[in-house]
Amino acid sequence: MALAATIVLPLLLGLLAAALPSNRARPTLLPVAAACHLAATLSAVFSWPFKSGGEGGLALSWLGLDAPGKLVLLLVSVLFFCCSLYCVGYLRYRLERSNRVFVACLLGFLSAASLAAWSRHLGLTWVAIEATTLSTAPLIYFNRSKRSIEATWKYLLVCSVGIALALLGTFFLAYSAIAAGLPVSLMNDDLARAAAGLSRPWLRAAFVLILVGYGTKMGLAPMHTWKPDAYGEAPGVVGAIFAGGVTSCAFLAFLRVDRVCACAGEGAWSSRLLLVMGLFSMAIAALFMIAQRDFKRMLAYGSVEHAGILAAALGFGGGALGLGSGALYGGMLQLVAGGLAKGLLFLSAGNIHRAYASKSTDEARGAMRRLPLSGALFVAGFLATTGSPPFGPFIGLFSILSSAVAGGRGLAAALFGLLLLAVFAGMGRTALAVAQGRPPTEAAASSYRDGFLTTAPALILLALVLLLGLWIPVPLESLMRDAASFMQAAP
Amino acid sequence: MSGLIDPLLIVVLALNLFALGNSRIQSTIRIVAAQGIVLGVTTLLMHESLSLPVILSAAAAIAIKGLLIPAIMIRSLREAGIKREVEPLIGFLPSIVIGAVASGAVLLASRALGAKGAAALVIPASISTVLVGFLILISRYKAISQVLGYLVLENGIYIFGMLLVEAVPLVVEMGMLLDLFVGVFVISIITNHINQAFSSTDTRRLVALKE
Repeated sequence: MALAATIVLPLLLGLLAAALPSNRARPTLLPVAAACHLAATLSAVFSWPFKSGGEGGLALSWLGLDAPGKLVLLLVSVLFFCCSLYCVGYLRYRLERSNRVFVACLLGFLSAASLAAWSRHLGLTWVAIEATTLSTAPLIYFNRSKRSIEATWKYLLVCSVGIALALLGTFFLAYSAIAAGLPVSLMNDDLARAAAGLSRPWLRAAFVLILVGYGTKMGLAPMHTWKPDAYGEAPGVVGAIFAGGVTSCAFLAFLRVDRVCACAGEGAWSSRLLLVMGLFSMAIAALFMIAQRDFKRMLAYGSVEHAGILAAALGFGGGALGLGSGALYGGMLQLVAGGLAKGLLFLSAGNIHRAYASKSTDEARGAMRRLPLSGALFVAGFLATTGSPPFGPFIGLFSILSSAVAGGRGLAAALFGLLLLAVFAGMGRTALAVAQGRPPTEAAASSYRDGFLTTAPALILLALVLLLGLWIPVPLESLMRDAASFMQAAP
Repeated sequence: MSGLIDPLLIVVLALNLFALGNSRIQSTIRIVAAQGIVLGVTTLLMHESLSLPVILSAAAAIAIKGLLIPAIMIRSLREAGIKREVEPLIGFLPSIVIGAVASGAVLLASRALGAKGAAALVIPASISTVLVGFLILISRYKAISQVLGYLVLENGIYIFGMLLVEAVPLVVEMGMLLDLFVGVFVISIITNHINQAFSSTDTRRLVALKE
């Protein structure tokens, strides 16, 4: 039941959207699909509001939710629900342009992302992640400008090649069982159980390829080059889907492989690699954020930083088994709270972009006066995403840091803290330049005003991010603990 | 039948070098298509007995890699109105030499690592095809040539997948081929738009977005 509502229904509605002739009615399919998806997700993850009948009752061994899969499915579902409401408002301003491909591709993305969450087979996960790449590419191209073609081309080529490497890595992982004379399987649990016997050189080669492959999709530096271009040229709501949804799906795929490595006793090796990648991504993000005048590109580097934090959390959490659960828990919280905060930032940034028709801080100034609500949401999103209290990411980042210090990785922890500070400063400069000051006269005269549908979704996201910082609901808390312990043990 | 596998893989490696040395894009598309068909046939021969799933997956590979994708690409080549890859970053002859040396090195390295059984030639053939794909991808400037590099890369990965028939169920394999097909379809559309907007498919013109 939940399986059908999260994977098949969005796909069917996507086909319906492609067939529907009315440009005005088409976007309303989005909230319909999103509401069904959200209800099915809540029932599958928390058995609420309906008792779920097992896991769909289907005898498909390669579809089922593990703890991180539940978490990502929940995140994608909530984020997509907010974005779908926003889309209805946004596409009303863009009626001059056909939204057929846009709506159909958004629904296709929802289906592919859910498949990635449900999949228990690494090959199937790969198929789903590649499907998210293909379904999101036309979204970047929505504005049909030269610049957006360039961004789409770079995204498609870089990510397709990156994802191809992840497939090669997945094959290497399967072959590591053959090379050791074990029965071959790509099921997550089989691999984790057999991990200790896998051939080490093949396992390590597989890990590196998969880190590069899914790292490209997550936007880890130095494979992040497509990100600023894609985020800069795509509509704001697409940025929210990318930063909160696509990144999380790629992270989920990667996380399942990292667990095999941890179970094989290679955790110390893999976590060192992850830590280096994570801190390097944060450093690159901080570097390129300084004096960044294009606020959407600035947000893209913020997403690179987010990917870096997630990788670093896995790095701090790996190594000695049992010690790092605090960092892993923090990473899971950062995944959810950070993803929602990204949604908040991109949605409000989209409104500001629309009002000023510019994404440079040369023209876009004084957003607090021009659009009081969106401007305030943008500043709140900036504070939340950089880890200021009392928002959710603060708790996540704090938990990662304190666990890293307790685990005896003082130097890396100090660097982590320093980079967070640098990102805060770099992002703050651009974000405050957008928010403060006096709007230029031509922007004050433009007709765009904040509407209910374009601000309410951001308000919902703000409330959720704030809630995660003040009080984490008990079922969610235990889900995140499960996800953290999932990483550390074979079933 | 397995006696035929090694010669077929040698054919695949030879096609790699042809693809590297060809300046006419249309013939390169044909070469990559031929490689796809050879790979489909090799899949058939890898199995001891022919079952329905095996025949289906080989047929799908031949249809998609050998017929559908080349047809799409030749169409977008016609629309772009170009014939040749001019002035690649690495010349045609040097790239053949690099490709041949790399393939030889991979072969020797896998001997040294002691690859055995069915894998003796499959693994080096796979890795060298992946490397050749990368070489095409980074040394050519026309958008369509870069897509060809991506296809060669995918072919290399497909060769490796032949070793893992038990681990990859038919549904997943079909999903992979479908993704490849849709991917090339979407990329071709974007290539056409690049051609319309920039009056060229030269990717060196895509430089508006930078810091």
